[in-house]
Amino acid sequence: MADNDQVDQKKLSAAAKLFDVRRVIGGLFVVYGVIVTILGLFDSQAEIDKAQGVRINLWMGLGMLALGLLFLLWLRLNPPQPPDPSDIDDTRPPAD
Amino acid sequence: MALAAESGLRLDLDIIDYLILVLYFATVLGVGFAARRAIKTSADFFLSGRSLPAWVTGLAFVSANLGALEILGMAANGAQYGLLTLHYYWIGAVPAMVFLGIVMMPFYYGSKVRSVPEFLKRRFNKPTHIFNALSFAVAQVLIAGVNLFALALILDALLGWQLWVSILVGAAIVLTYITVGGLSSAIYNEVLQFFVILAGLIPLTVIGLVKVGGIDGLFEKVRQSPLGDAALHTWSNTGSSADNPLGANWIGILFGLGFVLSFGYWTTNFAEVQRALSAKNMNAARRTPIIAAFPKLLIPGVTIIPGLIAAVTITGLGAKDGDLTYNNAIPLLMEDLLPNGVLGVAVTGLLASFMAGMAANVSGFNTVFTYDIWQAYIKKGRSDDYYLRIGRYATIGGVIIGIGTAFIASGYGNIMEYIQQLFSLFNAPLFATFIVGMFWKRMTPWAGFWSLLLGFLASLALYVAYLTDAITFNSALEQSFWGAGVAFVTAVVVAIAVTFFTPSKPEDELRGLVYGLGGTSNGTVVVSGDKVWWRNPVLLGTIAVVLAIALYIPVW
Repeated sequence: MADNDQVDQKKLSAAAKLFDVRRVIGGLFVVYGVIVTILGLFDSQAEIDKAQGVRINLWMGLGMLALGLLFLLWLRLNPPQPPDPSDIDDTRPPAD
Repeated sequence: MALAAESGLRLDLDIIDYLILVLYFATVLGVGFAARRAIKTSADFFLSGRSLPAWVTGLAFVSANLGALEILGMAANGAQYGLLTLHYYWIGAVPAMVFLGIVMMPFYYGSKVRSVPEFLKRRFNKPTHIFNALSFAVAQVLIAGVNLFALALILDALLGWQLWVSILVGAAIVLTYITVGGLSSAIYNEVLQFFVILAGLIPLTVIGLVKVGGIDGLFEKVRQSPLGDAALHTWSNTGSSADNPLGANWIGILFGLGFVLSFGYWTTNFAEVQRALSAKNMNAARRTPIIAAFPKLLIPGVTIIPGLIAAVTITGLGAKDGDLTYNNAIPLLMEDLLPNGVLGVAVTGLLASFMAGMAANVSGFNTVFTYDIWQAYIKKGRSDDYYLRIGRYATIGGVIIGIGTAFIASGYGNIMEYIQQLFSLFNAPLFATFIVGMFWKRMTPWAGFWSLLLGFLASLALYVAYLTDAITFNSALEQSFWGAGVAFVTAVVVAIAVTFFTPSKPEDELRGLVYGLGGTSNGTVVVSGDKVWWRNPVLLGTIAVVLAIALYIPVW
């Protein structure tokens, strides 16, 4: 299996860094946050009563919006780097 | 409060809830197709190119375990056994996760194996490898099917979808995103799923607590319920198994659950270990299970607490069948408490976690099938593109078999319990074989094979005896403690005994695989990773264990 491992190492394309999971989480939660917050602004009394008097849609909507924005902010402050060869621990000999 | 009983457990989703659901699955599939562009090699497909940061692999690690079966099951246990369920999260998980990160990961990651069976092949021999690869592959597809069936059951109960529609739709989505995106796609979705399921469970817990008057109100109500005060303590009533709802004493909890069952599951289950193997370097790999231990410490707050809330607010919970079974504790609370909007998020989280559980099984299966069965014994030495293609076929095959299992399970009610129980039988002897083999360089290749096989047969024999009533136990739980214990002891004894009659491997072949033999030819096993304290696996691991102990104090 030594041959394959070496091929793998050369072609390591660092899949993860081309698109970033922070963008995915941030994007989805911003959208969820906006939808649920708007819903929460117009919640009927019946819905608030069902949730024991808590304006849960409003709070959760704002919470999700904040989480989503935090992920996007993190991405902005610390953008994905191109793969750094020294970052990948390549000191082990290949299998077999 | 008895509403649920009359109207049936059917959630009233509106258009917004469905919008939230559809947005999620559009995102999941989008991630799959985005990941596809990044996949060039089989290592990308199976191990995410070993390039993921530790926080991603760590959350995926905990998420792979946070399947919906786990969430619903732990809420059910919370309703049934009270705070004793905390043992599954704390003593039954955290020490093993920390041990995996600190002690075992250097061997797994450092030896550059691509799977747990491959480690066995290099430490022991091919028969050990074949036995483990085949049993793992079979277990994974069958468990994927069980997950799928459970998903279909819940969709049927909550949304009124036909079983077969749910099975096919769920399978199609998982199939699409793994086939196109490989492990990256599975892992990214696990991370996403982690946040969505929390966004669903947190409002449920908050509103539930408001309803019962906070934690104090909840505990007061539990004290007055049939569960009683014993359900509010974790250790103080475990002197004898008769004094607590769980029916286990502290020795069983400490050694059965805390040692054999937990270490067997967390340290050798490839569906979990695979997440750490995809980390970008040794330090990140070691931190993966340890980072996962922190959310694991807190998750009971959104599973066991709702379980207890359900136990005191839903009259009639705990029925043998129908809508009011313990397993429906969380869905019942959702129906009772969540308005449209957060309800959509909660349903999405639940469905997402089913898919994450199934995706973990399928991505474990396709790796082992391709590397450990196909490449090792059927078609050796082909191009990497060829194995990448086989991996995609294996995914399709695995999902199709999973669908078949789901339909079989739907015909025989209890079969899924049996299947899960059966495959938990593999873990305890596997852990024994691993631990002896990692710390005792003299252990021979054949000792590996026989300890694995006989350990498994020992726990299988006990399980069959239990099913046929030849031996009786207080509960299925007690049986699983004993089964794991017997398997563990058998495997250790056989490993030692066989070693005295068979030849050892030369030390050179064991470098990097066994403790005390230094690392590999060109360095130490433990790569001194990042130097800052908050990236130090040993320190982080210690903090996690100390926190686990500290968390026990208020609920002693």
